[in-house]
Amino acid sequence: MNRRDSIKSILLGSLAGGVALQGCSTEGASEVAPKEITFPDYGRTSKEQLRDKVLLNEVFFNEHEIATIAVLCDIILPSNENFGSATDAEVPAFVEFIVKDIEEYQLPLRGGIMWLDNFSNKLYNKEFISCDELEQKNICDQIAYPEETELELLPGEKFFTNMRNLTLTGYYTSKMGIEDLGYKGNGPNIWDGIPAEVLEKHGLKYDEEWLAKCVNQENRSNIAVWDDDGNLTT
Amino acid sequence: MQIKEATEQFDVIIVGSGAGGGMATKILSEAGLNIAVIEAGPFFDPADPKTRTQLKWPYESPRRGASSSRPFGDFDMAYGGWDIEGEPYTHKGGTKFDWFRSRMLGGRTNHWGRISLRFGPKDFKRGSIDGLGEDWPISYEDVKPYYDKVDKLIGVFGSKENLPNDPDGFFLPAPKPRLHELYYIKAARKANIPVYPSRLSILTKRINNDRGACFYCGQCSRSCSVYADFSSGSCLIFPAQKSGGQIRLYTDSMVREVVTDPSGKATGVVFINKNDRKEYKLNAKVIVLAASACSTARILLNSKSKVHRDGLGNSSGLVGKYLHDSTGTSRAAFVPELMNRKRYNEDGVGGMHVYTPWWLDNKKLNFPRGYHLEIWGGLWMPSYGIGFGANGLNKFIGEQVGGYGNRLRDDIKKFYGAVMGVSMRGESVPMEDNYCEIDPDTVDEWGIPVLRFHYNWTKYEKLQAKHSHEIFEEIFDSMGAQLLGNKPNSESDYGLDAPGRIIHEVGTTRMGNDPKKSVTNKYQQLHDADNVFIVDAGPFVSQADKNPTWTILALSWRTCDYIISELKKQNIS
Repeated sequence: MNRRDSIKSILLGSLAGGVALQGCSTEGASEVAPKEITFPDYGRTSKEQLRDKVLLNEVFFNEHEIATIAVLCDIILPSNENFGSATDAEVPAFVEFIVKDIEEYQLPLRGGIMWLDNFSNKLYNKEFISCDELEQKNICDQIAYPEETELELLPGEKFFTNMRNLTLTGYYTSKMGIEDLGYKGNGPNIWDGIPAEVLEKHGLKYDEEWLAKCVNQENRSNIAVWDDDGNLTT
Repeated sequence: MQIKEATEQFDVIIVGSGAGGGMATKILSEAGLNIAVIEAGPFFDPADPKTRTQLKWPYESPRRGASSSRPFGDFDMAYGGWDIEGEPYTHKGGTKFDWFRSRMLGGRTNHWGRISLRFGPKDFKRGSIDGLGEDWPISYEDVKPYYDKVDKLIGVFGSKENLPNDPDGFFLPAPKPRLHELYYIKAARKANIPVYPSRLSILTKRINNDRGACFYCGQCSRSCSVYADFSSGSCLIFPAQKSGGQIRLYTDSMVREVVTDPSGKATGVVFINKNDRKEYKLNAKVIVLAASACSTARILLNSKSKVHRDGLGNSSGLVGKYLHDSTGTSRAAFVPELMNRKRYNEDGVGGMHVYTPWWLDNKKLNFPRGYHLEIWGGLWMPSYGIGFGANGLNKFIGEQVGGYGNRLRDDIKKFYGAVMGVSMRGESVPMEDNYCEIDPDTVDEWGIPVLRFHYNWTKYEKLQAKHSHEIFEEIFDSMGAQLLGNKPNSESDYGLDAPGRIIHEVGTTRMGNDPKKSVTNKYQQLHDADNVFIVDAGPFVSQADKNPTWTILALSWRTCDYIISELKKQNIS
């Protein structure tokens, strides 16, 4: 497994199902051609499919960069008693993809990682990922709170904000994150208004005049018929 | 290069398969006419699992639904957007116009908001009311029977309200309001702003056995696989094919020009097949243009001949002129009472369940035309962008902004569903100086000269936007909500979106009785060539403070009835 392949499998194995496993089983066989990364179709046009394929098979971050991203992701969103961490939800793979998809992220993130290491070197004479947990948190504490950041650390704040945005968006659009958030939709159902206990909690109620204009879900399957004045008779 | 000419002679060629073209396909084919429909994009059926995005999860996209490949995100059902590779357009005088095109069967009807509002009696007579621009040569009474028929054929939910300029129709029942919509109703009423059930072409009840009823996934922008929302394919073209219509679909085919004979009469169209990059010619007795207001203007302006020196239908010089889009601007707010919401499925229909039609009298205001208000918010499906700004709302409740760790989980959950917004969509005043024309030195990848736009908002639109922002504040203040961002000022044209952004462009081939002051007559027939008709929004004299689709559909039907009758009378041969 060459370097390119190993990063690919760290990043994209999860996206691509079996690829990571296959990649590992060929470790040492450097002549093996890189595996093509694919992604299950989600209703793409052929042009879009092609673009996705190209992006999926490019590697943007080097090993150090992606390792730094993974550490930051889990500082931003560690696991708790019910749900896994950002890396458990495969957020680094999402970050790798999105910087290729939205190229405006590339320079700020790459430069941001360098800034972070510079800062870390100054404080502790080692790169960020080699710092211990306390040291890492001491660094993050100085750049994680907008409007409290010292002027010369503003590039760090900007980078951390970018990383927090992408970590949260990556997590809350993952299967785990959606469950954590508690989103209940995206399936066939019959909307029949706000649950009674929610109305009560908010001190609201539907007024009768309005409800009279609303659908009676019991006869939604009856084909609509109107009288000449536009009154529904079914 | 030799143009390949089909030997077959069609009765009618329809250019474009969106709302206007779809309706023409249905009505004209059901009259027994032999039809060719030419569409610049691929075939599309919302029921096809291969292209379907409905009910997909954000993680089924590697970009989690971000808008880098489709302008409204990965799952939106419009192939195209404001920028299409190989099909550019240009601008004049440093002005701005963003031109949205959806290249697929059904066009923009596959993804639109389904807001289906009739124009009212005043909307056809704005020139007389405020002295700006022209009246339509027709009135509400001319269109009403067709609105009625469109309601019954396609289905629209709403409620009878007896409003003077927002006529009632044959409505399906409305869905019950969501929680943030109840907050809106309460706040708006407190500010003396009326609220009604919205009017959307979504089936809250079945209207026939071919289309399903809405199952409330809130994803009409993805095009409904059970045909419970309106799209031109599912509601017009496929049913017309099913009922035995003689319809030939030419997809991936880009019309360049309408061909005319030495007398000036149209004989057919030339199009480019995007797959083999060759030119083809089709012939027909009647040409119906439904390519969209700007695309139709482009085709006409590119159809020059000895008789039509400045382009077909352009003896008035007005093709492309009076281009106008709806105005739009928005404001969002944080509603503290919506923090820590109980979770339940409130996807509802795709779009708002309540809205506010224009309620004030422009005679008492410093701008001439109105706007309606659209409401958004709720416990919507997460997508790319969720979590951006993390816990910025903490500043409103005296808690620390920023940070990291598991407190972020609590913050994200606390604020989920606590932000809502109001958008206005308003009527602009049509101006001759807002136009599209042919750029003399630029072609697209099909060799077709492209459009060049010139467009400025006037003080009327700016003052209207300014007013709407004051209204947004009034509503949110009465709700006890915290407005987000800053109130836009004159430097940003009071937050007006760039022209074209609302995707309601109309007016480029306006109708009228005087051939010197209009491009088509009141039947949307070219003054200059009686076998060419336009059934997109080009013939609109003025775009009301409504959405254009329901009027496009009604007028297309009306024009088709006229075509059938003229063919019968042999007035067109």
